[in-house]
Amino acid sequence: MSTDALLSVANLTASVDEKTILHNVNLNVRAGETHVLMGPNGAGKSTMGHVIMGDPVYTVNEGTITFDGADITELSCDKRSRAGLFLSFQAPVEIPGVPLSSFLRATIAGRPGLEMKGKEFRRRVKELAAQLDMDTAYLNRELGVGFSGGEKKKVEMLQLLLLQPKLAILDETDSGLDVDALSVVSRGMDAYRASCDGSLVIITHNTRILEHLTVDRVHVMVGGRIVREDDASLIPWIDEHGFESFEREAAGTADER
Amino acid sequence: MAKQRTEVADIDRSLYDFRYDEEGFERLDAGLTPEIVTEISQRKDEPQWMLDFRLKSLEIYNRMPNPTWGPSIAGLDMDHIVTYVKPNTDQKADWDSVPDDIKNTFERLGIPEAERSYLAGVGAQYDSELVYHNMQDTASKMGIVYSGIEEALHEPKWEAIIREKFMTLIPPTDHKFAALHGAVWSGGSFVYVPKGVKLDFPLQSYFRLNAAGAGQFEHTLIIVEDDADLHFIEGCSAPKYNVANLHAGAVELFVGKRAHLRYSTIENWSKNMYNLNTKRARCDEEGEIEWISGSFGSHVGYLYPMSVLAGRKSKSSFTGITFAGAGQNLDTGCKVVLGAPETTATVETKGISKGGGIQTFRSSIVATPAAEGSAATVSCQSLMLDDESRSDTIPSMDIRAKNVDIGHEATIGRIGDDKIFYLMSRGISEEEARTMIVNGFANPVSKELPLEYAVEMNNLIKLEMEGAIG
Ligand SMILES: Nc1ncnc2c1ncn2[C@@H]1O[C@H](COP(=O)(O)OP(=O)(O)O)[C@@H](O)[C@H]1O
Ligand SMILES: [Mg+2]
Repeated sequence: MSTDALLSVANLTASVDEKTILHNVNLNVRAGETHVLMGPNGAGKSTMGHVIMGDPVYTVNEGTITFDGADITELSCDKRSRAGLFLSFQAPVEIPGVPLSSFLRATIAGRPGLEMKGKEFRRRVKELAAQLDMDTAYLNRELGVGFSGGEKKKVEMLQLLLLQPKLAILDETDSGLDVDALSVVSRGMDAYRASCDGSLVIITHNTRILEHLTVDRVHVMVGGRIVREDDASLIPWIDEHGFESFEREAAGTADER
Repeated sequence: MAKQRTEVADIDRSLYDFRYDEEGFERLDAGLTPEIVTEISQRKDEPQWMLDFRLKSLEIYNRMPNPTWGPSIAGLDMDHIVTYVKPNTDQKADWDSVPDDIKNTFERLGIPEAERSYLAGVGAQYDSELVYHNMQDTASKMGIVYSGIEEALHEPKWEAIIREKFMTLIPPTDHKFAALHGAVWSGGSFVYVPKGVKLDFPLQSYFRLNAAGAGQFEHTLIIVEDDADLHFIEGCSAPKYNVANLHAGAVELFVGKRAHLRYSTIENWSKNMYNLNTKRARCDEEGEIEWISGSFGSHVGYLYPMSVLAGRKSKSSFTGITFAGAGQNLDTGCKVVLGAPETTATVETKGISKGGGIQTFRSSIVATPAAEGSAATVSCQSLMLDDESRSDTIPSMDIRAKNVDIGHEATIGRIGDDKIFYLMSRGISEEEARTMIVNGFANPVSKELPLEYAVEMNNLIKLEMEGAIG
């Protein structure tokens, strides 16, 4: 484990209902770095994001998660959020009857440096909505209810920009979006990096979204294991060859055992 | 509206109070007798017909059995019913004897000092006089009568109208507690809205001084004449506390042709209360009744607002929420009689149960042979916050007309872990996350309430949710 890492996942094994999903996973992200986590469907990428965020559905069987110098393996997820972690959900939820603006207000309540007075809050949120090409009428709508896939993802980006976490995991925030929405999300990432020099862990299938980002590290996950780690040059390679060779390799290693 | 509340130390009690002489009641603590009822009537200086009505109701009361189909009311001492009937002057608690949980709730809801003692039934010294009188002035300039029903009974013009309508929608034969109400009713509001008059702000009974304390057997009579429009709000979200733990009020609403009445209630009785309240509305041709109802508190509740759609194309809608926590068994519901052609009714309810609380929602739709072309939809959504709690829906339909369209749907759910995780991942605590979801669930009701009531209701839910985890 590199000592200067902001986020350090060490030898992490995690399971759900007795079924192990993540096997001995390691990940180190330094402040300001951008990492990419790739892999075929069902590899365990979302699980990884959820376990780092502290989703109680999953059990951590082994290993530790350290964030900003503290062991957070046992910390509840609201405290992880307040410590500066953020997860943009692959499938954001719907909360009927709760206006988006009230929800946003609650997310910043009691956060030093982020809590704002009503007027200031409304101005800030409108500003961010405009930045993300979102109709401000959405702020009065019930969280997620009747939102399209793209709108839900924009709401995730809006929270990212509002909360300015030290590290954000973006779980397929770009998938299923049309070209316009994609460029909005991409602008959102830039804005986040520019505003607070936060770290990013981007889970994606779409290498195009990465084109104008400086990627520091690429991790490939197959079958709940990190099977390859390299610099940004791995991205065009995967673009061309896909994950098949990794999968074959992983199957081979499994056979040998 | 601004909530101006003033301390009125020296209020003329005689206006509102009927000055019991306590001695007269000391010897009577067995059954409810004609003498007691006569005495109540005499002290109010009522017309003979009202006394006769009370005595007839008493007879019916003594004959009728207790309800056995709902939650148990065994905790009510029916053999000593007179202890519940004694005038409030006698029952008044002193502040020290008000239970701590009630005091705490006042504190947490930010209820002003003056109001607390009023709500706790300790004193009637306080009133939101200013607000009430402004409201009354404006209304009376429009020809609206808004007064205490006992006062109205002393005006010949209103006496005639009260006599014509009083307990015709809820006859004493309806059930045992309706009969009890007929015999011992005391206090309550009288509202008369003349033809074509539309009031654009709600009348709020909360602001009406009622020396009968928190109101145990109050009678509300509202008449909205043809083409008129009224929004009436009763209640408040702070717990009402009575030493005698029985509430058997009655609400009778008469909605004229093309008239509209919205009747909003937030009821929050202290948790020792047996709330056996009866509410009914009757709509003439194209008249419309809207019930908005939030039921909180009380130990046992029987509460089923009913609409009788008597005129062609008349309408009823009911939007309600019930929250049953530990030790509470709240049996609520809505009844609609589709009694004329082309009537429509919607019933939309939300039930929340927690900490072993039980909430049951009964809906009853009756279509008489005259109801051809009518339609009704009933939708019940329940949210159970833990495994010990219970939620039930009991729909009943009795359709005797052709071409009637009835829909019913009921869902029982729990708060999804994925939703909790999502909110918590944004730094929101678990308790806050649950409260937020429950408030969202209640939103269809709170958004129908004026802002200050909606805020109070949300705060109330927040209080009820405290300690909901674990
Ligand atoms: N809550 C869960 N319950 C049961 N199985 C799960 C759960 N979460 C993930 N899995 C399983 O774990 C594997 C990895 O899933 P996931 O992390 O969503 O993959 P990815 O995001 O890489 O597509 C899949 O086989 C999935 O079915
Ligand atoms: Mg995934």
